[in-house]
Amino acid sequence: MEAGVEATDPARMLPSSAVLQVRDLTLQYRTRRQMVTATFGVSFDVHEGDRFVLLGPSGCGKSSLLKAVGGFLPPHDGSIALGGAPVRRPGPDRMMVFQEFDQLLPWQTVRGNIAYPMRLNHRFPAAEIRARTTAWLERAGLEQFGDAYPHQLSGGMKQRAAIARAMAMEPVMLLMDEPFAALDALTRRSMQEALLRLWQQTQVTTLFVTHSIEEAILVGSRVLVLSPHPGRVRAELGVEHLGFAHLGTPAFRALHDRIHALLFEPGEIADA
Amino acid sequence: MPERPGTAAAARPDYVIALRKPPATLRAARERPRWVRLLDSRFVRRLAILTVLALAWQAYGRVASNDLIFPTLTETARTFWQILVHGRLLTHTLISLDLLLQAYAIGVVLAFCLVVPAVSFRIGADVLSTLTAMFNPLPAIALLPLAMLWFGLGQSSIVFVTVHSVLWAVALNALAGFQSVSETVRMAGRNMGMRRLRYVFCLLIPAALPSILAGLRVGWAFAWRTIIAAEMVFGASSGPGGIGWFIFEKRDTMDTSAVFAGLATVVLIGLAVESALFRNIETHTVRKWGMQRS
Repeated sequence: MEAGVEATDPARMLPSSAVLQVRDLTLQYRTRRQMVTATFGVSFDVHEGDRFVLLGPSGCGKSSLLKAVGGFLPPHDGSIALGGAPVRRPGPDRMMVFQEFDQLLPWQTVRGNIAYPMRLNHRFPAAEIRARTTAWLERAGLEQFGDAYPHQLSGGMKQRAAIARAMAMEPVMLLMDEPFAALDALTRRSMQEALLRLWQQTQVTTLFVTHSIEEAILVGSRVLVLSPHPGRVRAELGVEHLGFAHLGTPAFRALHDRIHALLFEPGEIADA
Repeated sequence: MPERPGTAAAARPDYVIALRKPPATLRAARERPRWVRLLDSRFVRRLAILTVLALAWQAYGRVASNDLIFPTLTETARTFWQILVHGRLLTHTLISLDLLLQAYAIGVVLAFCLVVPAVSFRIGADVLSTLTAMFNPLPAIALLPLAMLWFGLGQSSIVFVTVHSVLWAVALNALAGFQSVSETVRMAGRNMGMRRLRYVFCLLIPAALPSILAGLRVGWAFAWRTIIAAEMVFGASSGPGGIGWFIFEKRDTMDTSAVFAGLATVVLIGLAVESALFRNIETHTVRKWGMQRS
């Protein structure tokens, strides 16, 4: 872990350079019978402080992309570099938030879950970890539930705890794999707002996967639009100018429709 | 919404109303009656079951009124007390317990030596599942003749067959537990930076604990069965012999109430270990963590 942090430090000192560089990335995964190509020749840069959204229909390999950046899926071709160093294995410099509610360790309290990665990696001086954990419990609105076990929490609370656990580590990058997809619509909206609030305080560089156009515009600052089977880049759009205040406005709807068209209308096929 | 044909929109007007305040009796959490809460205690429920069984035993013993075939509960209790205080019941029991704990410890350690490679490498899992499929159905007692050839008529033979009965049950359950740990928890652990032994001990073992405990429980029961059976076959080759031998001996002399007392000893130890040890471990781990319902 220590090595991972060192490797990314130069990137943190140069705020304008890309934190994450993905080049011509082709990913394959194995099913029982065959190798499936998840993405083909995907390139993009994520800069410091971006909320970079990977948006696409199911089957566009967006989750595979995130797993590859997380170090769980080695590239078939192409490269992934974090702060200039190639990604080789999973590590806490890229804390992940998963869609599933069972990502918290059931044998640890909420407080224990948030503190655990910091302790494990000696990320902060031991004396600081308690205070940091308390601060993150409060920010996530879980101060009443620090001593509760994950099974006693609602789905939304579990996801907030997972986000707090990831952000508390102050990772180089925060990776979020459809973190709100399993929530009901009302909880989902309040979680999106909570995420933006928390992000304002940390400005952590975030890579966010979703299949919801609306969520991409609300949560993201930039959106990478991916096509399905296999996943290829269709467009990259800046969406920082639109947020919750613009829901239902013509500008919001126009962008929504434009992205919708990019996703679902067959584009021109360029020759390889 | 456009009006659908056949729906009488006018008959069902929209409305918004003020909320009614519920009466105080409904708002406050109501205390449940004391005796209802008493039944929540597992101990109380178990005590009730045991009382019913004891009464049935006593009643049947009275009706049969033949202490050679079916001694009453009170007669058995009297004998139990007598051989506990004046006889050698405690010695026999301790001999069996000593062998049992040795065999159990060896069995559990061996099981984990097989399971750790099984969760790390695919070939390790194949080795373990093949071995388990082969040896788990094999009754430990069937190995006794072989054990006698290898280890002679001593305690090591009893330990050998008991290890056999513990090992496969514990290994099989532990492996099943490890294999059922969800992909999300695994990825979360590796993402946090857990690797190798730390990954096994701080992630896989707690996550698989419900199955591991189930295996330890089954292994404990199998160990008792095997050791009692083995002692009956072996007799007292060295020293006074264990509780199995005690039961066998008392049957030879038609001391039926002592046979009952010997069996009761095994049952009581089983109950005690189950409720004091395994139940307690579960309450403080997997039940508290919501991995098993309480």
